[in-house]
Amino acid sequence: MNKDIIQDNTHEIKDYQAKLESRHRRGKAWQIVFRASTFTGIIALVILLLNIINSAFGYVAIQDAIPPEDLAVNGIPIESLHEIDLVGILEEHLSAGLIRRLESETPWEERSRDEILTLVITRVVEPTVEDTWSLFDSIFNKDKVLREQQEKFPESRLEFKSWLSADFLVTPQSPEPEFAGVRTAILGSLWTIAITLLFSFPLGVGAAIYLEEYATDTPLNRLIQTNINNLAGVPSIIYGMLGLAVFVRILEPLTSGAIFGAVDPTTANGRTVISAGLTLGLLVLPMIIINAQEAIKAVPNSLRQASYGMGATRWQTVWHHVLPNALPGILTGAILALSRAIGETAPLVVVGASTYITFDPSSPFSKFTTLPIQIWQWTARPQDEFRNIAAAAIIVLLVLLLTLNATAILLRNRYSTRD
Amino acid sequence: MNNQEQNGKYAITARNLNIYYGDFLAVKEVDLDIHLNKITAIIGPSGCGKSTVLRAFNRMNELIPVARTEGEILYKGQNIYAPEVDPVEIRRHVGMVFQKPNPFPKSIYDNVAWGAKVNGFEGNMDNLVEESLRGAALWEEVKDKLDQNGLSLSGGQQQRLCIARTIAVKPSIILMDEPASALDPIATLKIEELMRELAENYTIIVVTHNMQQAARVSDYTAFFNLADRRAGILDEFDNTEMIFTNPTKQSTEDYITGRFG
Repeated sequence: MNKDIIQDNTHEIKDYQAKLESRHRRGKAWQIVFRASTFTGIIALVILLLNIINSAFGYVAIQDAIPPEDLAVNGIPIESLHEIDLVGILEEHLSAGLIRRLESETPWEERSRDEILTLVITRVVEPTVEDTWSLFDSIFNKDKVLREQQEKFPESRLEFKSWLSADFLVTPQSPEPEFAGVRTAILGSLWTIAITLLFSFPLGVGAAIYLEEYATDTPLNRLIQTNINNLAGVPSIIYGMLGLAVFVRILEPLTSGAIFGAVDPTTANGRTVISAGLTLGLLVLPMIIINAQEAIKAVPNSLRQASYGMGATRWQTVWHHVLPNALPGILTGAILALSRAIGETAPLVVVGASTYITFDPSSPFSKFTTLPIQIWQWTARPQDEFRNIAAAAIIVLLVLLLTLNATAILLRNRYSTRD
Repeated sequence: MNNQEQNGKYAITARNLNIYYGDFLAVKEVDLDIHLNKITAIIGPSGCGKSTVLRAFNRMNELIPVARTEGEILYKGQNIYAPEVDPVEIRRHVGMVFQKPNPFPKSIYDNVAWGAKVNGFEGNMDNLVEESLRGAALWEEVKDKLDQNGLSLSGGQQQRLCIARTIAVKPSIILMDEPASALDPIATLKIEELMRELAENYTIIVVTHNMQQAARVSDYTAFFNLADRRAGILDEFDNTEMIFTNPTKQSTEDYITGRFG
């Protein structure tokens, strides 16, 4: 811009140029602030992820109680032996009482060769992780790792272990960190989430439809709306206490399955998957209602008018036009609710999630544990190795979360009729 | 056309119509007779209650919670505001086309078929869709793309689609709230031609800000004006030719000559 023109037109504004520059500078300063905050967020996320990955992979020093080479029969390694020889090894090294117990659980003939081999490895060879190192150390400080291993555990062998493995996913809990897996926790989480969504999604969307399309503006309805908004901010532990009082105790005949005659033998009380699902359902219900309401509010009124103008009833208008149009927003609300519910720990502790169970949940009325509870439990144990599997479990939780989110987003995009 | 040619058959009649928004009286003591199978235009300055009166004919004002209607509107001898009358049923007989085209976000076929379907139509839907699209002068342009989304059409085509879906439920009266005001001049002309064609089979009431359009298209014109406290009243009602060449009241003459608007 020609400076003369500016001066001519703006001669009434003193120092226009200087003020203009100062306005631009202020804008740039704010831009730096915004960039810095985004950057900080990204850095925090990266540090978190690196930290987790650091603990989930690395060198371990393994010491065998009896090296597998010593167990070879006639030069044949244990991996290739027949069941008879493997059973022979077990009988040689284990106490009589233990043999009797194993046999009474499941006789040798009914066990597969792989099962017996696993028994040999876990009970006779007994590989124990004596020490672990982080991924960072394993890659960049290898000599330090070797030195420490030689100093502290000269008999052990050094192996690169990925704590997150296929086995980890399908193995149930175990008191030994080397053999523990997240199978029970994953299944528990999935069961709980399924019940939560089945309970809260129809209820929440129904309430939102009523509040937006049918309810008139009366003091009572305004009170209900305020209450719902406030409930969204109540701390989750309080929902846990509510769940304990109502679902676990008062509704015990229902939640333990006694009414249906389907009581789980492992727990004859209300501390079951269904109590957890219902408690979390109450927790996310306000969130679903509010999000669904916003989505319904955003449907343009012209669409409703067109529908009514054709001689449609209110329900026909809601079902054929308002809901399909609001569906992407409603599903977004469901995604948010799902993400919140998967990570909740405190209310489930109160409702009675088990911290150590080894069997899969078989019905809504069985005992259960969830991934966050498992992670918490493992980080609280004294042995270092539990920290490693906790890190692996965190990765599993993140992947599970991302997968569920991605599925929901895909569904949302597919059913979006806006364009 | 002179006064003696007004046939005695009225499609719908408003008697002593008063419409309130809360405490505010928006439309005051309106008596209006709409002639069968003719086009009646409603004109007047902004805010004089034209759209409110139009919406009264198919009870669409009830969608606004604070709106209250007093008086009668007689259709086939029956007051449509009687407590035992279902507004849903009225809207099948009295259809509506809106100012901004608002087709459903569905296919063109479904747009036309949906209204008939929810009202319980059980005959040959393909025939009904074709008949309605022909009636709206849209069939030739869309017959090869019936499953395309209705929103992919141009503005003028969308408005004709809205007209097609309205006539698919076979109403006797069609209300049009400034149907061409959001369209370009060529699309506007097409809509006006269409209105003349439709008038052979339907009664049409059209609200318009465009006086030339009212003069071109309508048989009868109702001039609404603002009375005290901004209540809308029916100032003058007559054959279009009379209103525009020899109006009785001074306010009518002032409005059509553009002295106020």
